[in-house]
Amino acid sequence: MDQLIANLSLGFGVALTLNNLMYCLIGCLLGTLIGVLPGIGPVATIAMLLPATFTLPPESSLIMLAGIYYGAQYGGSTTAILINIPGESSSVVTALDGYQMARQGRAGPALATAALGSFFAGTVATILLAVASPPLAQLAFKFGPAEYFSLMTLGLIAAVVLAHGSVIKAIAMIVLGLLLGLVGTDVNSGMARFSFGVPELSDGIGFVAVAMGVFGLAEIMKNLEQNEEEREVFLAKVTNLWPSKQDFKDATPAVLRGTALGSLLGILPGGGAVLASFAAYTLEKKIAKDPSKFGKGDIRGVASPESANNAAAQTSFIPLLTLGIPPNPVMALMVGAMIIQGIQPGPQVMVERPQLFWGMIASMWIGNLMLVVLNLPLIGMWIKLLTVPYRLLYPAILVFCAIGVYSLSNASFDVVITAVFGFLGYLFVKLECEPAPLLLGFILGPMMEENLRRAMLLSRGDATVFLTRPLSGALLVIALLLLVIILLPAIRKKREEAFQEE
Amino acid sequence: MKLKNPKDFWSGIMFASFGLAFAIIVQYYEYPMGTASRMGAGYFPFVLGCVMAVLGVIIIIQSLLTTGTSISKFAWRPLIWVLGGFVIFGLTAKWLGLVIAIVLLVMISAYGGHEFKLKESLISSAILAAGSVAVFVYGLKLPFPIWPEFLG
Repeated sequence: MDQLIANLSLGFGVALTLNNLMYCLIGCLLGTLIGVLPGIGPVATIAMLLPATFTLPPESSLIMLAGIYYGAQYGGSTTAILINIPGESSSVVTALDGYQMARQGRAGPALATAALGSFFAGTVATILLAVASPPLAQLAFKFGPAEYFSLMTLGLIAAVVLAHGSVIKAIAMIVLGLLLGLVGTDVNSGMARFSFGVPELSDGIGFVAVAMGVFGLAEIMKNLEQNEEEREVFLAKVTNLWPSKQDFKDATPAVLRGTALGSLLGILPGGGAVLASFAAYTLEKKIAKDPSKFGKGDIRGVASPESANNAAAQTSFIPLLTLGIPPNPVMALMVGAMIIQGIQPGPQVMVERPQLFWGMIASMWIGNLMLVVLNLPLIGMWIKLLTVPYRLLYPAILVFCAIGVYSLSNASFDVVITAVFGFLGYLFVKLECEPAPLLLGFILGPMMEENLRRAMLLSRGDATVFLTRPLSGALLVIALLLLVIILLPAIRKKREEAFQEE
Repeated sequence: MKLKNPKDFWSGIMFASFGLAFAIIVQYYEYPMGTASRMGAGYFPFVLGCVMAVLGVIIIIQSLLTTGTSISKFAWRPLIWVLGGFVIFGLTAKWLGLVIAIVLLVMISAYGGHEFKLKESLISSAILAAGSVAVFVYGLKLPFPIWPEFLG
C-alpha cells in the first residue's frame, strides 16, 4: 500500500508538470477533434496523429498519445449519440439507445451519462492498473525467450478468437502482418530482406505508413463510396446537460456493472473496448426487469457500455506495460511509438523508467478528468464540426496525414508506401479481411522471430522446449484450446451472436 | 463456373499468392536458411510464407464449399484520385514547396468525391495551405520549403 502511494505520487509528480499537462490536454482535444468525425475510430485517429508526438520527450509523447486515445473514444460516443454514426466499433451499441435518447430531446443527459460513466470507469480501471501491474511484471521477469514466444502466440490467437469475422482469414492476416514486419535488415545477420535493393526498404516498412494506410486512407475511400447521407444532427436540442434524479438512479448500477465487466475484458487480448461494450449491453438487457425499453432510449443502454469500453481501454494497458505484448491494435500503435522513442516495452520499463511508467498511469486519470471538465462545455463546438460536409473534411484529413507521414523522415518514400497500404486496406475491406490482426502481427513479427531464434539456440535446436518448459507449455496449450473451442460449431454460433448488434 | 463465395475465394487467392511470393523470394535470393538451432535470415520468413500459402489454399477450398456474399464494386474514382493526390503530394513537397503540394493534394483528392465544386475546393485548399504553413513550418518548425526551390 505504501509502495502504491509512493508510486502514484511519483507518477502525479511527472504528470502534473505544466508541460505534460499541456500535452495531455492537447492530446485529448486533438483526439476528440478527429474522433468525433464520423467513420474515424481510435486506431485511425492515433495513426494520423502519431507523427505529431515523435519529436517530444518519451514521457510527454506517451502521455499525449494516451490523451489522444481517450479523446478519440470520447469523440466516438458523441458521434454515436448525436448522429447515430458510431465513430468507432466500441460505440456501436451506444448508438442504439443514445441516439434514441437524442431523438427524444435527451441528448444532453445521454452525453453527460456517457462522460460521467466513462470517468468513473476510468478511475477504477486506473487504480486496478496501478495495483495489478507490479506483480504481473514480477511474473514477466521469469519469462525466457521460449515463454515470450508462446505468450505472443497465445496473444495473437486470442486476438483472433475474440475479434469478429472469419477465424482462418484473421489468422492469415496475422501471418501476412508478421511477414511484412520482417521486411528490412535482419538484426542477427545484418542481411537486408525483401528490400530488392531499395535502400529505404532496408530500414523496414514504417508502422505509421501501415497503420495510416490500412486504417486511415482505406477508411476515407470506404466512406467516399457511400453517398453522403442526410445527417440529422440534434444541435438545438443539447440544452439541458444534467441527467435527472431518476436517470442517476437508473444509470448508477449500470455504470458499476459496466465498469466491472469492462475492466476484466480489457485485460484479455483482442477484445478490448469493443467486446466490453457489446458484452455490457447484453448483460444489461439480460438482467433488466423490463428489457423492452432497450433500443428505445434507455439510459442504462448508454451508461453501461460506455463505462465498460472506457474501463477496458484502460486495463488493456496492463498486458502492454507489464508484458510488452499489445492486446489490440491501439496498443500495437503504442508499442510502435515506444520503440521509436527508444523504449523496449516490457516489464523492465517499470523498473528502469519508473517516471515514465507511473507518469503515464497518473496522466490516464488526469486525461479522463480533462475530458469531463472540458468536453462537456465544449460539446457545442464538436457538434458544429459534425455539420461540416464530408467533401470538405476529407481533403483536410488527407493533408494532415500527408504532412505527418512525410515528416517522419522527410522523404517521399513513406508517402508512397502509405498509399500502397491504403490500396491494400481498401482491398481488405472489399474482401472482408479484418485489418486489426495484420497490425498486431506486423508489430510482433520481429519480436517473435527474435525470441524464436533465442529459444532454439538455447535448446540447441530442440523444438520441444516450447512444450517442456512448464510456463511456455501451458501458454501454448491454452492457445490450442482456444482455437479448438472456437472451431466447435456450437460455440462458433454463440460467438457470431455476441457480435450482433440486434 | 460461377463462384459461390467470391469474397473468400479471392481472399484465399490473395493470401496464397502473398505466401508463395515471400517463400519464393527467400529461395530465389538465397537468403540463408541456417539450422534449427542457428536460424538464418531466411528461416522464419520461409516457414511463414509456406504457412500462409497453405492457409490461402484452405480458404480457397472452403470458399468452394460455402456460399457467401459477392464483392461489392470497386469505387475506382475515389481510389485513384485520393491515392493519386496523396502520392503527388509526396513527390512534390520538396520540389514545389508545401503550399503548391497542399493545393494539388486538396484539388486532386476532392475531384474523387461525389460532387466537386471548383471554387469551394480552391478556397479550402488556400485555407489549408495557409494554416499548415503557420502550424507546421512556423509553429512546429518542420523542415518543409514553403515555395518551389527554383524560385529561391
